[in-house]
Amino acid sequence: MSTSLRNNRVPLLAGLAAALLCAAIALTFFYAPVDEDGLNQKIFYFHVPIALTAYACFGWGAWKGLLHLWKGKPGADLESYVAIHLGVIFGAMTLITGSIWAKVSWGHWWLWSEKQLVLFLVLFLFYSAYFMLRFSVEPGPQRANLSSVYAIFGVVLIPVSFLAIRLANQYIHPIAFNRNGPQMAGSQFFTFCVCLAAMLALFAALYNFELAGKRLDARLRELRELLT
Amino acid sequence: MSRYLSDVAVLARKDLRLELRARNTVPAMLLFVVAALVVFHFALPEGSSDLAAKGLLWVAIVFTALLGLTRAFVAEREQRLIDGLLLAPCDRSAIWLAKSLSVLGFLVVAELVALPAFALFFSGIDGATVAGVALADLGICAVGTVLAAMAVAGRARELLLPLLFLPLAIPIVIGGVGASVAAEPARYLGFLALYDAVFAIISWASFEYVVTE
Amino acid sequence: MIRARGLGRAFGAKRVVHDLDLDVPHGGFLLVTGPNGSGKTTLLRLVAGLLVPTAGELHVETPRERVGFVGHEPLVYRELTALENLDLYGRLYRVPERRERIGMLLERFGLWDARNQRADSFSRGMLQRLSLCRGLLHDPDLLVLDEPFSALDEEGAALLDRELAELRPHATFLVATHDPDRLMPLATDRLAFGT
Repeated sequence: MSTSLRNNRVPLLAGLAAALLCAAIALTFFYAPVDEDGLNQKIFYFHVPIALTAYACFGWGAWKGLLHLWKGKPGADLESYVAIHLGVIFGAMTLITGSIWAKVSWGHWWLWSEKQLVLFLVLFLFYSAYFMLRFSVEPGPQRANLSSVYAIFGVVLIPVSFLAIRLANQYIHPIAFNRNGPQMAGSQFFTFCVCLAAMLALFAALYNFELAGKRLDARLRELRELLT
Repeated sequence: MSRYLSDVAVLARKDLRLELRARNTVPAMLLFVVAALVVFHFALPEGSSDLAAKGLLWVAIVFTALLGLTRAFVAEREQRLIDGLLLAPCDRSAIWLAKSLSVLGFLVVAELVALPAFALFFSGIDGATVAGVALADLGICAVGTVLAAMAVAGRARELLLPLLFLPLAIPIVIGGVGASVAAEPARYLGFLALYDAVFAIISWASFEYVVTE
Repeated sequence: MIRARGLGRAFGAKRVVHDLDLDVPHGGFLLVTGPNGSGKTTLLRLVAGLLVPTAGELHVETPRERVGFVGHEPLVYRELTALENLDLYGRLYRVPERRERIGMLLERFGLWDARNQRADSFSRGMLQRLSLCRGLLHDPDLLVLDEPFSALDEEGAALLDRELAELRPHATFLVATHDPDRLMPLATDRLAFGT
């Protein structure tokens, strides 16, 4: 696998991501119809795509983990790690944008009734522990195995937690804040899709960029070893 | 299949026998859970509902389980006794099952004291709560055993296990508390059963990879 | 029986076994020597199946249940008696005529009188003897022994000498030792780990 930045798709993906982001921002602020919710609707165009991208990161990380365990593919563990690393970053962004949205919509920085937000809090805790686990074990086959198993547990936790949080809301918050669901008209939907594509492109660009860097590091280490 | 089960039985019996001789895990869990309940009494200000206390029961259970799980693989790690089990022809997942069952046994013993103590200090326990505790125990032990094996592979093992365990315990707590306080516990009990089934399967399948060095 | 090509094992950044080729035929006896920390134990653990290689290939024809391993740790449960420990392993390895075999081994290693004592009351030498009983319990085809004479007194060493001589025609051996002269007569091959 090539580690030369010139050869691989990083510049291409970076360009694509940048273009899509610009388009997304432009569409959000100038094209999409202004709802009665006003500004918080605009945050929604970022918050949900970021959240969906975070799910994609965790899913991709779990998939790579499964490949590592099942097929023993070399490098799958590193790919899993990078995906989850980015997932945590996107997850943190989800929490931040979600908190801003909650403040703008309801006047509170945190809402337990917001299932998406609570789910991300749980996932954030879970995947942060992933790093604690990974860095407390020496690099080697066991660390790769543990990380992969944990990544798979994580992706199973996502739907289970979502179900749990829905159930929890019934005995914690019988009065839920009502929000207009995203029934989107054509132009809104288009804007949303562009934002989603932008976030996914951003993930792809960052993922390949970070992977290339890490592979370069590993190659360098290998060469250094061979010289001693 | 019968070989598998006999391996599990041999290993579980070994763990129970070790605990009977050493007697360090179960007494600690018993003492801890009662102490925790006393602390909770002082942590609940005047006017707190019965329901709040029920919620805290689940906190006590989760942390008592954590105590038991922390001890689960300590000997195997310190004296490398796990090697003896890994060398043997038994399936790795049998090690997981046996260990889960023994931790389950310890947890149940602790709860046989904790639940009556709770009824004494706070309020009565109904059938739904007991069912919730039973189902939750299965999930806690299944998942906790895998996580304990992971934690023990690293450096700061006693610190790591709570960090790994608590996020996964959140759905269990939700299911358990819901079963205890909600008007319709069936939904929560069903959820706990789902959690148990799903996580038991992936724990069973993944244990082999967790102990491979 | 044992074949390795370019075998390597690293712990983190540290390569402990590097680019090792190995051929041990059926009935062979490979003696492994070298200073502490040179990789002997790691090699033995790789062959026994307790570690997976991080580089190269390793083929061990013997299935897990036919491998006997005696390492630095005795692998016995301290709160259980000698008899209970061996019974545990006897059941896991499905040893036929378990009780008789356990009794025989305990006697051969001079532990019969201590059979009902808990392992935590054993001296280091006795633990080593118990560990040897454990390693030989299931009549293995491949014996992987990591410094088996360590902690043994003269009597224990003599017992082990006798056992090894008796087992020699029936098994393949991979033995790490600090005292090669003792075992050279039995060996077919020798591998020296450098510093």
